[in-house]
Amino acid sequence: MTNTIADIEEADVILITGSNTTENHPVLSTFVKRAVTRRGAKLIVVDPRRIKITEFSEHWLRPNLGTDVAWINGMMHVIIKEDLHDKTFIEARTEKFDELKTMVERYTPEHVETITGIPARQLIEAARLYAKAPAGSILYCMGITQHTTGTDNVKSLANLAMLCGNMGIRGGGVNPLRGQNNVQGACDMGGLPNVLTGYQSVDNLDAIKKMERTWNVTGLPTKPGLKVTEMVPKAHSGEIKALYIIGENPLVSDPDLNHAEKSLSNLELLVVQDIFLTETARMADVVLPSKCFAEKDGTFSNTERRVQRVRKAVDPPGTAKDDWKITCDIATRMGYPMSYMDSETIFNELAGVTPSYAGISYPRIEHEGLHWPCPTPEHPGTPILHGAQFTRGKGMFHAIEWIAPAEVADDDYPMYLTTGRVLYHYHTGTMTMKTDGLNERAPESFVEITRGDALGMGIENGDRVTIASRRGEIQAMVRISRKAVAGTVFIPFHFAQAAANKLTNAALDPISGIPEYKVCAVKLSKGV
Amino acid sequence: MEQTNLMVINGNELPIEPGDTILEVARRGHIDIPTLCHLKGTTPTGACRICVVEVKGARTLLPACSTPASPNMVVRTESPEVVSSRKEILRLMLSSGNHNCAVRGRDDSDWTQFQLGVEKDDGSDGLCPVWGDCRLQDLAYRYQVTGEGFQGTPARYPMETVNPFIVRDFSRCILCGRCVQACNEVQVNNAISFGYRGADTKIIAAGDRPLKDSDCVFCGECVQVCPVGALVEKDVRYHVRPWETQKVRTTCSYCGVGCQLHLHVRDNRVVKVSGVEGEAPNFGSLCVKGRFGFDFIGSDQRLTDPLIKENGAFRKATWEEAIGLVAGKLKSIRDTHGGDSIGVLTSARITNEENYIAHKFTRAVLKTNNIDHCARL
Repeated sequence: MTNTIADIEEADVILITGSNTTENHPVLSTFVKRAVTRRGAKLIVVDPRRIKITEFSEHWLRPNLGTDVAWINGMMHVIIKEDLHDKTFIEARTEKFDELKTMVERYTPEHVETITGIPARQLIEAARLYAKAPAGSILYCMGITQHTTGTDNVKSLANLAMLCGNMGIRGGGVNPLRGQNNVQGACDMGGLPNVLTGYQSVDNLDAIKKMERTWNVTGLPTKPGLKVTEMVPKAHSGEIKALYIIGENPLVSDPDLNHAEKSLSNLELLVVQDIFLTETARMADVVLPSKCFAEKDGTFSNTERRVQRVRKAVDPPGTAKDDWKITCDIATRMGYPMSYMDSETIFNELAGVTPSYAGISYPRIEHEGLHWPCPTPEHPGTPILHGAQFTRGKGMFHAIEWIAPAEVADDDYPMYLTTGRVLYHYHTGTMTMKTDGLNERAPESFVEITRGDALGMGIENGDRVTIASRRGEIQAMVRISRKAVAGTVFIPFHFAQAAANKLTNAALDPISGIPEYKVCAVKLSKGV
Repeated sequence: MEQTNLMVINGNELPIEPGDTILEVARRGHIDIPTLCHLKGTTPTGACRICVVEVKGARTLLPACSTPASPNMVVRTESPEVVSSRKEILRLMLSSGNHNCAVRGRDDSDWTQFQLGVEKDDGSDGLCPVWGDCRLQDLAYRYQVTGEGFQGTPARYPMETVNPFIVRDFSRCILCGRCVQACNEVQVNNAISFGYRGADTKIIAAGDRPLKDSDCVFCGECVQVCPVGALVEKDVRYHVRPWETQKVRTTCSYCGVGCQLHLHVRDNRVVKVSGVEGEAPNFGSLCVKGRFGFDFIGSDQRLTDPLIKENGAFRKATWEEAIGLVAGKLKSIRDTHGGDSIGVLTSARITNEENYIAHKFTRAVLKTNNIDHCARL
């Protein structure tokens, strides 16, 4: 997030898109709901499903799946045409505005309606509301990113925020809501193929030299590595021979699971390090038991870039070890000694090679976490990014055209499928499904459908149906719901028994490599 | 006294800020005014009247939580009249419902009869499930009050136990309304409200249906703010006593919000979770997963030993053997096919320190940049 969670309550207008906030980030959603009910902030929700947060909205726009760039361009068209854009900010802080202006001229509200299904009138009103707000905050989640145009979608939201001068101010910003406790930290710590810690590029020779000195090695690779969505296919073709998987369950969370399973079975060596014998661990050659969060010391970085302490409360079961300890033991056995006294020693080393963490230390975050960038021990941290200038200097507008999703409904597969989570479960369910109460509230997978679509197919609430795509099929129980969109079904991806990802499309965004989980074509049939 | 921005509480001159209530000024000045219904950050209701204070010139005692502070106001927080009023309120509260924290009366036979009735309602022969962790009990001791002198009134509504997480024990509810404030003004789930009237008043969900059939999402905010034993976690009630546990502060391991929570530990097991109040980013709030989804920690399905697959089946192995096997194979694959033939998936679930180590291992030892995690999935 460019801004903090608490900062949401400072916004005059909040635009939420592609985030089922009350179910996926329940505590964060309370800041939005309070802003609306107690401070009179106005909420715009752009989401096909009738999710709970729409009940708090002033405007709810319901786009067709995979048409985000189109409605964002449409809003910008309206804002520029009605002269509501922030000319001072654009002049002082951005570049390439003219290219954007020329491009969005084509995106008239009427044209956008033909693509998105959003009535022109609604789009105009929402655009005006956002543009006129002294401070407008944009919140988004995987409904924006998990598309073949995910990068385009995010850049388009950044265009919209810059157009209205909503960057670097309280109550503004472009705020991705991160779905896993330390997904921010995993990115910050170089858990990505193209960057070292703190987003230092692997071809930045100064950064490479610094790492080599600190690690006492030579010859660190400078060519970007493979993304997860590339590793799995390359395991299939034999180019990847070994995978070391720590705390991940790709055999439920990856797209096109049937293909993923074949790929992993092709490996010479699969090592899985986890707290449970997950679907992925069952395929492994070696399984290494690790501690869970309640058994270890360390830090997590949350969605607002706040680095916070994790503290040991209980002993681990059996001989389970810290994940860092296991990795260090493997390294040592391979002839490169790695050993640390404790997690704090590791933190101090990483802070030394990571400029954005350089000023953070355990004593400083003992009571309250700090927001990176925090370059020096005296620095108070950075709650709001892009205050005086953007990381690259001036903010660049990207003129981006809308492109259709990779797979569209046709005669063979006439419905759309979109996937996500439910309130009571988390990701692949390995943790939440150990709590009986959560299972009681959300016992099994389901396929959410409108009453109209169900009637048309002659199916009823509670029926078991088969859902098939070009890649696989699963069975699930029908849930007729007011949340659903005509022509689209929703299936949560938590349940390995009816894994939605057997259906999903592994088509990737060309830049981020994210799969298009939010759109694919399926057909439903009665019975199993 | 001249016109200033000061007021006087118990003889101390204290500064006032715009919008302050008497309670806020007192708390900043470290003067303790007891409260029951007051919930920070929400609209004061003045419902319980335990925070009444004496304001010079006022005809009646005024609730500190909802009376605006004004310059030159002179307040006494523990005058004989205030104390007498608080005692009366506490007596009334203690005499209605199952407040069996052993402060009710001194007549043994009366106590025994009362306790037997409560045991029947509770299905337990223990004293109140929140004994030792109850604001009403604290105040009863502080003001040395029992429920004597009033006819005890029995519980009007039966206990609700039909959901998996929260027991609603109306026999211990003092109708302070904190849960209603928490649900409507803090979490804004709007699931519960005051229902019925007068002596029939009850906290209800969805036209007086069980929580599980209402808009309740089981965030448990109401449980955390309940000052008495009316709302208790089902798995904690009569199973965990507050003095048996130790609290460890940490960061939640579910979504990316990073809520600060206390793990309550007994005998090396996490038995309860609560939000850390007054601290960012969650200021005490949690969701159903963070508050109730902790059974995985002590699950008997946890992995305890390394496993090596032989002929399609796993067998237990020592760390020595497992690490040796992994290191040997990785080394041979790296040396034969190059580091780029190996991939590492690090994790959004593990700590920064562990991600740093995985990244260092991949680049320095395996000599590849093939490292990623599930940020995209």
